[in-house]
Amino acid sequence: MTEFQGRKIYKGKAEGVALVTAVDISFYGGVDPETGEVVEKDHPLEGKSVAGKVLVMPSGKGSTVGSYVLYALKKADKAPLAIINRETDPVIAVGSIISEIPTVDNIEIEKIKSGQRVEVDADLGIVSIHE
Amino acid sequence: MSEMGLKLTDEEKEMLEGKHGKATQKAIEIITTLGEIYGAGRLIPVTSVQIAGVSYHNLGEAGLEYLSEMAVDGRARVLTTLNPAGMDMLEWKKHGISEDFAENQQRVVDAFEKMGVVTTCTCTPYLIGNLPHYGEHIAWAESSAVCFSNSVIGARTNREGGPSALASSLTGRTAEYGFHLEKNRQAQVGYEIRAKLQNTDDFGLLGKAIGDRTSKQIPYITGVAHATTDQLRSFCASIATYGGVALFHMEGITPNRTTVPDITESVTDDDLDKARSELDDEAAEIDFISVGCPHASIGDVARIAEMLDGKQVSEGKTVWITTAKPTKDVAIKMGYYDKIEKAGAYLVSDACCAVAPLEGRFKGLMTDSAKACFYARGKNKFDIKIRTVEECIKEALS
Repeated sequence: MTEFQGRKIYKGKAEGVALVTAVDISFYGGVDPETGEVVEKDHPLEGKSVAGKVLVMPSGKGSTVGSYVLYALKKADKAPLAIINRETDPVIAVGSIISEIPTVDNIEIEKIKSGQRVEVDADLGIVSIHE
Repeated sequence: MSEMGLKLTDEEKEMLEGKHGKATQKAIEIITTLGEIYGAGRLIPVTSVQIAGVSYHNLGEAGLEYLSEMAVDGRARVLTTLNPAGMDMLEWKKHGISEDFAENQQRVVDAFEKMGVVTTCTCTPYLIGNLPHYGEHIAWAESSAVCFSNSVIGARTNREGGPSALASSLTGRTAEYGFHLEKNRQAQVGYEIRAKLQNTDDFGLLGKAIGDRTSKQIPYITGVAHATTDQLRSFCASIATYGGVALFHMEGITPNRTTVPDITESVTDDDLDKARSELDDEAAEIDFISVGCPHASIGDVARIAEMLDGKQVSEGKTVWITTAKPTKDVAIKMGYYDKIEKAGAYLVSDACCAVAPLEGRFKGLMTDSAKACFYARGKNKFDIKIRTVEECIKEALS
């Protein structure tokens, strides 16, 4: 098991399968608020769903309305279980807080691979990978 | 929290513990988290808030649900005004807005009103009574208004988003980082203007020409001899849209002190022509004319009313002059509204062509606003032409 120490953005604990991308995500316009599917054209995750995954990406981008899209996903039961970033931007941070999604940043995300089982303890800022 | 370096007062700690209600607790969580991300040492009081994310077209049902939840026990602690909605809150029907949309838009505005927010619905709050003074700390969303308040007024705000601005309203606080600190307000790159600036659209084009080169840096601009409030309003909207600029200094025009950057680039007539040709779609078939992005001042409305007086907008063309509701009320009293509407144009309050649900309704937009061009093309897929207000009205009548 590999463990990373990061920084708490929003509290909580979660465990699930990682969905990893090296490209920032814009939730407004880039993710379907009803299904959780990434719809941004040419995004590496295009066609994949963030629902029920531990979502791993460098940061967020785009309109601040994106925070409300995370909230919509939570209400529709299609939100990520947790979010791990290299550096969380304000749109994701605010989205995580209003949707109560455990979120951690300051993590070397390139060391996490899609499909790995990941445990997030946001209270302590710790991310553990089960190989 | 304290181990991260952010010091809170007793009242702020109480907010975090939920002693001031659920909405306030959520709000202070947002403020303190942003403070920690950006390394703030403390929270500071704000005197004024401007909230964006009001059009139901952008918010959607989820955004509305969040606002309704916050409205259960959240109340504005400082003067708070709203960005444009997706429609004229009274005359929406004749502008072709659907019943469904109108009902949902009304629910959004009602939720804000319940929180004690002044539901003005304008991107120019500083024209209608939300006018902070030099040096005041404020929390504003709406990129053009952020740029205007930081640069032209000399108040201090970061570029807030909808939820963070609402959080500042409900707590009366923001975290002290970014543009609240003097050291982050110094000019970084110089521009000497050698272009002729005559009309408002020239200032919009100048904003694009500088914005395209500057990204998020702070410009120090020389060579502008004179600028009206209306011209600066257009400049701010454009430089914020194309460059993400939240603060600039203009020698002899804006009030902030700054050190002057060593390096200066020049901006010429050619640069403005290039900005115009980049915005224009040669083959655009104009069936929609919109002036008032940012919202038109009463001076603008008066001038346009004179141009339209006794004339008729030609068949197949739709004209929106967008403004704030208080400005429209004055326009009604002064007879400008009648002149505009009798000519077949609309004086639309509360909304604008960037946030109204207009996709698919028109083919080509003519406007005097470089900012409107960006959203018309990106969101509504219109072809566009940018011209002076006079040329826009001439197009409407031809």
